[in-house]
Amino acid sequence: MPVRGAALVAFVGLVAFWEFAVARGYVSPIFLPAPSSVLLALGELWNAGTLWRHVSESLVRLAGGWTVGTGCGLAAGFAIGVWSLGRAVGVPFVSALFPIPKISLLPLLILWLGIGEASKIATIALGVFFPTAIATYAAIDAVPRNLIRMAQSFDLPAADVLRKVVLPGALPGILAGFRISTSIALILLVSAEMIGAQYGIGAFILQAGNLMLTDQLLAGVLLISILGLALGTALTRIERRLLRWR
Amino acid sequence: MELVCEGISHRYGALEVLDGIDLTVRAGECLALLGPSGCGKSTLLGIMGGILKPSAGRVSVAGNPPAGSLNPITYIFQDFALLPWRTVEGNVALALEHRNLAAGELRARVGEALARTNLTEFSTAFPRQLSGGMRQRVGIARALAVDPAILLMDEPLSALDAQTRDLLMEDFLKLWLATRTTSVYVTHNLHEAIRLADRICVLSRRPGRIKEIVAVDLPQADRAMPVAARAMAELGERLWDAIRAEAQVAEREIADG
Repeated sequence: MPVRGAALVAFVGLVAFWEFAVARGYVSPIFLPAPSSVLLALGELWNAGTLWRHVSESLVRLAGGWTVGTGCGLAAGFAIGVWSLGRAVGVPFVSALFPIPKISLLPLLILWLGIGEASKIATIALGVFFPTAIATYAAIDAVPRNLIRMAQSFDLPAADVLRKVVLPGALPGILAGFRISTSIALILLVSAEMIGAQYGIGAFILQAGNLMLTDQLLAGVLLISILGLALGTALTRIERRLLRWR
Repeated sequence: MELVCEGISHRYGALEVLDGIDLTVRAGECLALLGPSGCGKSTLLGIMGGILKPSAGRVSVAGNPPAGSLNPITYIFQDFALLPWRTVEGNVALALEHRNLAAGELRARVGEALARTNLTEFSTAFPRQLSGGMRQRVGIARALAVDPAILLMDEPLSALDAQTRDLLMEDFLKLWLATRTTSVYVTHNLHEAIRLADRICVLSRRPGRIKEIVAVDLPQADRAMPVAARAMAELGERLWDAIRAEAQVAEREIADG
């Protein structure tokens, strides 16, 4: 399996080259600290106890915003997907509001909800809502009509058609939508924390930047990447489990 | 049960697809609806089963479904219509789960339907793991599991390759001869119609009208015998003469949206 290891070798090679370049003084460690200093900074943060504080506040916002946005997005997506009045009302709404960069609404949300957690969670929820709603109704639209007709020909009640045919048929599309919505949630999390938060990975990255502590700054970026990677891996696991039939 | 169509006409917008169909499917017979593609055969089948409302005319059933029939009018689909996320037994059970059967009866019905279609050893396989012929067996098993009074089949073999089609046709015929469920078999394949049907109803091209109804007098069991070959061939030619001109025109028609 020489090809399978290739990515790892390239990655390790790049990091080693980076380390080497800083150690030899080709680049200034103030602008680009060595990978080892980034890890060291991460260790210091861990020891100081501030790391967990930043991470846990971010996780609460992310989980809260994503859950609210996904719940509402699924509900709206289903209403549009299975109900013609829901579609008539919902599609123009969703299409009109989807293109608004949700971070631009944060100042308004701060005015409405205050500078605390609610405005950040609402921003993330809004950002997650639209792609989830769109992915859900598109996935429902893609469920083969012949399967629904088959279920009806065997006299399945509407609720059963929904639960046994439409929902499982739409699941792959809905899960693909989750992948998009988690990455959007991460972007909005960091942005919202940069605009108005004391704690949180985004706030931490901004503060480190202001103090030119580039090793800490990159440690924050590393944390966000790890978070994104972990979420992606979790989604892959869930997909494998739920979509075994594919 | 008997199925009676009276004065069925149907149009999709300005497109007239069926015109004045009067047809009775007799209890216990297999009636083939034979016609060129686009003649409205499938539309007529949809109307017969009540999933489509005709523009004019009415469909009625006479007689009572047999005791234990859970879904009197049952379809077998051309594209099998299996749920890919359910196993073979799960697909068969789908037709039964909402009927409030005792757990034992549900399992017994699924088991029996799978046994009759020789699918028992594949009961936990997913559709994607099966060949087209096996998938249609699942479709047939699902239909048998509800003890239908009337079977409506929409070109059930036309998505299969020629050999699979012949094998499945013979198996299906054996199953059908054991129950003689009233059946309507939509096909554009002369060979299938001649092999399976008691009567063959030839439809004209669009708008579909009944051109003629041909009774096949020989019992199905004897039709494959060498002595019957000549009579079968003659019947085939006669039917082919009836549909050839229509098929030629239909082939040159531009498909509509």
